[in-house]
Amino acid sequence: MKTPDVSVSLDNKKLQLAIYSATARLGERRRENLTPDFEDLRQHAHDIKKHTLNHLDYYLEQLEKNVEARGGKVIWAKDGAEACAFVQKLSKDKGVKVIVKSKSMTTEEIHLNEHLEEDGVEAVETDLGEYILQLSGEKPFHIIAPALHKTIGDVSDIFEEHLHSKPETTPEALTKIARIALREKFLEAGMGISGANFLVADSGAIVLVENEGNARLSSSAPKIHVAVAGIEKVIPRAQDLGVFLKLLGRSATGQPLSVYTSFLAGAKREGEPDGPEEFYLVLLDNGRTKLLADESKRQSLYCIRCGACLNHCPVYRKIGGYNYPWVYSGPIGKILTPQFMGIEHDPWLPFASSLCGACGEVCPVKIEIPRILLELRADKVKAGGDRTEKLAFQMFAWVMSHPKFYARMASMALSAPMPRKDSFFAIGPLKNWLSQRDLPVPPAKSFREMWKERRSEHT
Amino acid sequence: MTSRDQILGAARAALHRGEGDAVPPAPPVLLSEGSKEGLVEQFQKALEALAGKVVVVHSHEEAAAAVNKTLNGRTFIRSTDPYSRERIAATEVGITSADYALADTGSLVFFSESGESRLLSLLPPCHIAVIESSKIVPSLDDVFRMRPLPGAESSAMVLITGPSRTADIEMRLVRGVHGPGEIHVILITSNKPDVTHSD
Repeated sequence: MKTPDVSVSLDNKKLQLAIYSATARLGERRRENLTPDFEDLRQHAHDIKKHTLNHLDYYLEQLEKNVEARGGKVIWAKDGAEACAFVQKLSKDKGVKVIVKSKSMTTEEIHLNEHLEEDGVEAVETDLGEYILQLSGEKPFHIIAPALHKTIGDVSDIFEEHLHSKPETTPEALTKIARIALREKFLEAGMGISGANFLVADSGAIVLVENEGNARLSSSAPKIHVAVAGIEKVIPRAQDLGVFLKLLGRSATGQPLSVYTSFLAGAKREGEPDGPEEFYLVLLDNGRTKLLADESKRQSLYCIRCGACLNHCPVYRKIGGYNYPWVYSGPIGKILTPQFMGIEHDPWLPFASSLCGACGEVCPVKIEIPRILLELRADKVKAGGDRTEKLAFQMFAWVMSHPKFYARMASMALSAPMPRKDSFFAIGPLKNWLSQRDLPVPPAKSFREMWKERRSEHT
Repeated sequence: MTSRDQILGAARAALHRGEGDAVPPAPPVLLSEGSKEGLVEQFQKALEALAGKVVVVHSHEEAAAAVNKTLNGRTFIRSTDPYSRERIAATEVGITSADYALADTGSLVFFSESGESRLLSLLPPCHIAVIESSKIVPSLDDVFRMRPLPGAESSAMVLITGPSRTADIEMRLVRGVHGPGEIHVILITSNKPDVTHSD
């Protein structure tokens, strides 16, 4: 993908306000709900993820054994095609016509809905934000607030067009329309598909964290429940959730605990009143083992998809979620995309960062996103850098290693016209830069000149 | 070679591990010790902050009266009643118990082995849970301490922390998306209120 034209997003004032207020609100709530032990929890979560990823084969086998002991089936999928093919075949074999889906970035990653549609199976997104976007034919704008760019009016128009509802002016009325429309789907669906926030090796369980209740419905109402999850989601023990759940809700929305947390170990058992009759867990690789091999960037796989790095990123907060080349946007997208797709796919991506470090500071599992961005920049240069840039740095290196020449240049520069807002530099390549800021006025003398004078005064 | 073997093989190659190689112990489990003081008050405060309602009563008779008052004539199903999915979907209130309640977050904890329906606390627009106050523990960490393997006997452990909610439209909070917008907890405490003791 070429560098996107972000001016479309930057010039849209409505969009700018929507992104800014949503991310600011999420960030504020996060800060208000941090606990005194938050740093310890982050470190502990990091350590657990590190241990698990470093022994991933062991924990995946343990997970598989325990899922099967609970009567579930584990399907290993090397890539999106294999994962989709399994779900497509299963729905065909079981005669499923309607599928309810709860929010899952992983199924976005593999375009599962599109594949199911080709078979004439209706796969309905049931998270309110995802539902709105599915109707309007768009992709998630944010990992946890997928439709944050949509106004009440937009949603009313979308519902009017696709659901033939009356225009509404409140989020309450619009939510009710969606509740009624989706309730029918939940009761009609032959299969529910979810992602998984965590896979628990010692329990053979998956964990779903949500606020609306659609993940509970998708995993409880239909006869068949299929969970599609990346292999990196595994954690060793149920007891580790103590740490992860404290971090996830707070980092995502500032909630000490999200409204619903479902710990699901296989299908309904004897004597239980309800729940799915069949449970399938699709374990997806799709490039993850490739990332695993790179020891210094391996921690990119620790991500628990809370979205905190998006909310705190000065770049995401200006350009929004649609200018990133893949499903994962923001800082985490900047490090995942080049590693999954190859640096040559989007060589500009690791450079679309101010390296302010906010993403690394808020990450609940302490992924060193800024450091990984720098490494990816180095990878890009190694893979073939920009010739002009290379020449510029060669010149810079030469000047910096020739002090006499440097001193002459510096004193000349002081008297040269500086690129300022009102100077002739304000047209041409520096125009955009100068429309926002000015270079500081240089002092009359350079440091070297002042130093020389001082030395002569004191001797 | 199956996809399973390819994925596990690729993981082992990436990690320089051989099949069946030993694994050092995982970092220790970190479970906090919550305060056991004022659990009822903590729970009430936490759930009410989420717009849940808590009524503290002192006997089963008082509990029944509190349930009736909350029902206010609405149709209901109790977890002890015979029910079907269709009937749950059509009723206005689901009445359940719970296995635990969490003081710090105002959550209810359900293990499916206890026989509570997963849908009864989910499909109706209102959920009433009647529980003994002795079921309140300081936090989720206590549940994990008592039940290190929640899936051992139950296919589902579900935590419910307040009414169903969303902020997907303009970040404005709306309650009752897919689950109940209304949640009431009737807490039965064995201790009678002590009028001689003021704190």
